[in-house]
Amino acid sequence: MTDGKLKIKTDNLNLFYSDIQALKNVTVDIREREVTALIGPSGCGKSTFIKTLNRMNDLVSSVRITGDVYLDDLNIYREYDIVDLRKRVGMVFQKPNPFPMSIYDNVAYGPRIHGVKSKSQLNEIVEESLKSAALWDEVKDRLKQNALGLSGGQQQRLCIARVLAVEPEVVLMDEPTSALDPISTLKIEDLIDELKEKYTIVIVTHNMQQAGRISDRTAFFLHGEVVEFDFTENIFSKPSDKRTEDYITGRFG
Amino acid sequence: MVTRHSFDHGLDDLHLDLIKMGSLVEESIDNTIQALKKQDVEMARQVFLNDDVIDDLEQQIEKKCMNLIARQQPLAKDLRTISTALKIITDMERIADHSADIAELTIRMANVKYIKPLIDIPKMAELAKQMVNKSIDAYVRQDIILAQEVCASDDDVDDLFNKIVLELVNIMKNDSEAVEQAIDFMFIAKYLERMADHATNIGEWVVFNVTGEHDHLARLFHKEGRQDFPHVK
Repeated sequence: MTDGKLKIKTDNLNLFYSDIQALKNVTVDIREREVTALIGPSGCGKSTFIKTLNRMNDLVSSVRITGDVYLDDLNIYREYDIVDLRKRVGMVFQKPNPFPMSIYDNVAYGPRIHGVKSKSQLNEIVEESLKSAALWDEVKDRLKQNALGLSGGQQQRLCIARVLAVEPEVVLMDEPTSALDPISTLKIEDLIDELKEKYTIVIVTHNMQQAGRISDRTAFFLHGEVVEFDFTENIFSKPSDKRTEDYITGRFG
Repeated sequence: MVTRHSFDHGLDDLHLDLIKMGSLVEESIDNTIQALKKQDVEMARQVFLNDDVIDDLEQQIEKKCMNLIARQQPLAKDLRTISTALKIITDMERIADHSADIAELTIRMANVKYIKPLIDIPKMAELAKQMVNKSIDAYVRQDIILAQEVCASDDDVDDLFNKIVLELVNIMKNDSEAVEQAIDFMFIAKYLERMADHATNIGEWVVFNVTGEHDHLARLFHKEGRQDFPHVK
């Protein structure tokens, strides 16, 4: 596999929650139209790290960040409007969190906020987004029904459709399948495989096998540091660091 | 909605690679026997070069199998399919090695008149090639009947081998000048006999892939009371 274009770069990124350092000199290159998985034990910093990529940590008052995060060569902590940043870098969370409104309105919510008013244009965006999220066939006849009536797996795909509706370039996923059953999980995994043709995807997962199945590259985090970052096939067949080997073979700790 | 497209794609890809390797191996048997019959040094050299291509392909397939095991956690039929692929590429690679071994002897004998007309050796080669061909077909079609047929054919190759050995031993007894070449032909016959054994292994792995049972089928098909080696009187 050859190196694609650099999409996101973090350079010596440090993050502190008050006095506690959660990320230590994290330097990672994330390539365009690849799936990058972040793995590691609880508390290793992987979720903290993914949140730095669209400045979700800005909402936490005790957070202090040093170092740089670049999106297409622009420093997102200095040169970006945060609304524009979050349009370009969307996020899907662990628990599906549809808004308590119709399926249609959930998907149309983002485009409306960004100024799309034309009904036909919204219809088109909703249909395309739901198709991209592999949900259209299941919901096309009940778009006006409340999204909370969908199953957990469908709700999560709806959340993905909601992210896609604002045409992001990067999709961050923080354990997107941990609340789902195995079949719904595999559907989301297949979806991720399709989405990477258009989007850059960064995914945090507790499920190492999932990282193996869906990602092009994997970063192993431990105690806030990146121990190893390599092509997934290398991480899972010949990791270079013993700590990675111990973790992925279940001999950690 | 069918899931695991990426894994299925990986398995299809593996399948295609195995078919490609199989056809290269068949070609190597054909070419090495043609080269032997025509005493064609250039063709024999080509068999050598193609052996490197087959070796490289074996490595690539091996890597793909390891990658699928590491990343996709195959179970049940998927696990058997990948294990089968790992086993049969070794057999296919060994068959191609034997083609190269024969090519080496062909080059050595290129400038001397053969001590005997080649009749049974090409016959044996044809049988061995058919076994390889069928074993790969059996893999492609997951056809256990065909795989069992391959295993049953092994006896015919063994019989021809014994016949050739007997003939060569008699030649050596009558003409000490012919000993060197007779030994070379004996090696060639042995390589062909081993090719058939490897085809038999492939057949057995195909049966394993379909049924989950790995038996040494050649043993089951062995003719009762047949001798493993001719007694020379």
